[in-house]
Amino acid sequence: MIEGILVGLATALSFKNIFMVMIGCFFGTIIGMLPGLGPMTAIALMIPITYGFDPATGLILMAGVYYGAVFGGSTSSILLNAPGVPGTVATSFDGYPMAQQGKAGKALAIAAWSSFAGGTLSAIYLLFMAPSLSKVSLSFRSPDYFALMILGLTAIAAFSSKGQFLKAMMMVVLGLMLASVGQDSLSDITRFTFDNMNLTDGISFVLVVMSTFAMSEALTIILKRNDPTAAAKQVSLTELGSIKINKEERGKMYRTIPRSSVIGFLIGVLPGAGATIASFLAYGMERNLVKDEEKEKFGKGSVNGLSAPETANNAACSGSFVPMLTLGIPGSGTTAVMLGALLGFGIQPGPRLYMTNPEIFWSVIMSMYIGMVILLILNLPLIPYIARILAVPKNYLIPLILFFSITGIYVMSFNNFDIYLMIGIAVVATFLRLYDFPMPPLILAFVLGGLMEENLRRSLLLSNGSWEFLWDRTLTICILITTILIVLWHIYKTFTKNKS
Amino acid sequence: MNINTTKIISLLFFIFSAFYLYTAYQIQVFAFDENAPFNARTFPIYLGYSGLFFSGLKLILPDPDTIKIEHRTLEYKKTALLIVIAIIYGATILKVGYFLTTSLFLFASYYFLGERRWVLMFLLSFPFVAAFMYLLHGVLEIYLRDPFLKSIGVMG
Repeated sequence: MIEGILVGLATALSFKNIFMVMIGCFFGTIIGMLPGLGPMTAIALMIPITYGFDPATGLILMAGVYYGAVFGGSTSSILLNAPGVPGTVATSFDGYPMAQQGKAGKALAIAAWSSFAGGTLSAIYLLFMAPSLSKVSLSFRSPDYFALMILGLTAIAAFSSKGQFLKAMMMVVLGLMLASVGQDSLSDITRFTFDNMNLTDGISFVLVVMSTFAMSEALTIILKRNDPTAAAKQVSLTELGSIKINKEERGKMYRTIPRSSVIGFLIGVLPGAGATIASFLAYGMERNLVKDEEKEKFGKGSVNGLSAPETANNAACSGSFVPMLTLGIPGSGTTAVMLGALLGFGIQPGPRLYMTNPEIFWSVIMSMYIGMVILLILNLPLIPYIARILAVPKNYLIPLILFFSITGIYVMSFNNFDIYLMIGIAVVATFLRLYDFPMPPLILAFVLGGLMEENLRRSLLLSNGSWEFLWDRTLTICILITTILIVLWHIYKTFTKNKS
Repeated sequence: MNINTTKIISLLFFIFSAFYLYTAYQIQVFAFDENAPFNARTFPIYLGYSGLFFSGLKLILPDPDTIKIEHRTLEYKKTALLIVIAIIYGATILKVGYFLTTSLFLFASYYFLGERRWVLMFLLSFPFVAAFMYLLHGVLEIYLRDPFLKSIGVMG
């Protein structure tokens, strides 16, 4: 392990990779600050560029974009009460009131330090947990993997759908259907190609991500007449005030950060849960744990109330890397995009990744520390200036997003059929977005589709066509029971909501 | 049953799943694979049934959170124009080349979205695309086919 850490550290500390983390954090912050454009769009736009690098550098760049986007989301939450990403909604509960009291700079500093501490602590947890989990996951068999994928898809549908579980499940099925287009991996029989040669290799992952996120988000902004850059224009004009944190405030943060980082990391590890749930849970837990006097301040600019969700959402970001790096199963839509990019590099994440490609495994973990430091040093003093860059009119922003999306597809295939397909999927996705059909479940399903079919194939062949493999092993049963509990909990929640 | 757009989308998804399922049953498999526990059509068949199941449930269950969209407030014209420009871009990129089509695509998009600052529009299209091409082609060594630049001798 020590050797792996040193290899990872050497890779992450190379000039090129530090530069990539800086670029990633900077770009991610810009996109994260724009309400409506989340980390998935930011990462999707980066994918074509990463194909010019080695896999470790590509993944480091994407990880930097991820943290940057979450941090950028916090900035617009605090200054404008307009969360850039769902994971920073809870940040606005106390961050915005603090900004209204003329302490915007202090709120940003608390958020930055909490993010830094949460991210760093969770990177340490990841450092120790990932290899152990990798070893445990070596005992996983095909039925366990199949069950785990069902769990991941059900969980993301349950948690990302704002109460619209069936809509999310329809998106899961659509994602799996899109993944089934092209040659069957074992028999090479073509499926759903309708004699079109362009579909023989299937639909490209980058094409699906670009069309359902980058392009469809750009079209949605135009369609709904939104102006995401309006928020940024206000940020640049906001008087930030001092960014100094006094001793009393530091004392409060020392107590909040460790416990929020643990809850954030654990929630992040769970498939589908992610930063949003982590930040809300940490906020709720903190409110229950503080003294009554402090409890009164929640919602009115509490230091604990701001520090807890910020710590937790960053810890959850690191936590969401655990299932991806150790099991090869992404825990969130964002890590699904990263997994797809890794598959594009010809690397299969999973239990053996840290043995076969230690430089990738460890350099990503090591780059997390570096990313957190860069976010702290670079972003905090630069927020008003970054916001000024963002204040470009949407008339320029939208065509540029479309340009990056289409170029991303074009440089991969030099084929205009892919551009038409991309436009077609983006139009459908835009229409579905209007009616609250969530896109992250579709992406996760698309990425997992091939692996899921492969594991189902192995399981069914080994059990001679019988579905007994689902209850043959204790681990499989445990995973399936968890899935059933999630579904039942969701049905119960919907039932009680309808009743009320 | 209250018919709203979500229900119509669910109905369309139901029809799509039925078509998918029908096509899944038509997948040709090898004769020796026909009765195997798993062949190329097994997974798609399960998916087809899953699609029917979930969209069917969405169709028949009550929908308390009906989403109402004010269509009058939506900007259909500009969105459609952008889509048309993107389609034209896709149709011409291989014949004309990356530089010219991409620059014109950006310029036209700025224009149709209401921008009229010509100098800025020009700077953020032609020179911007040239710089981006240099990054991809020159620095990252990602090949970009461009018959137009080749014809005027800029690219080899």
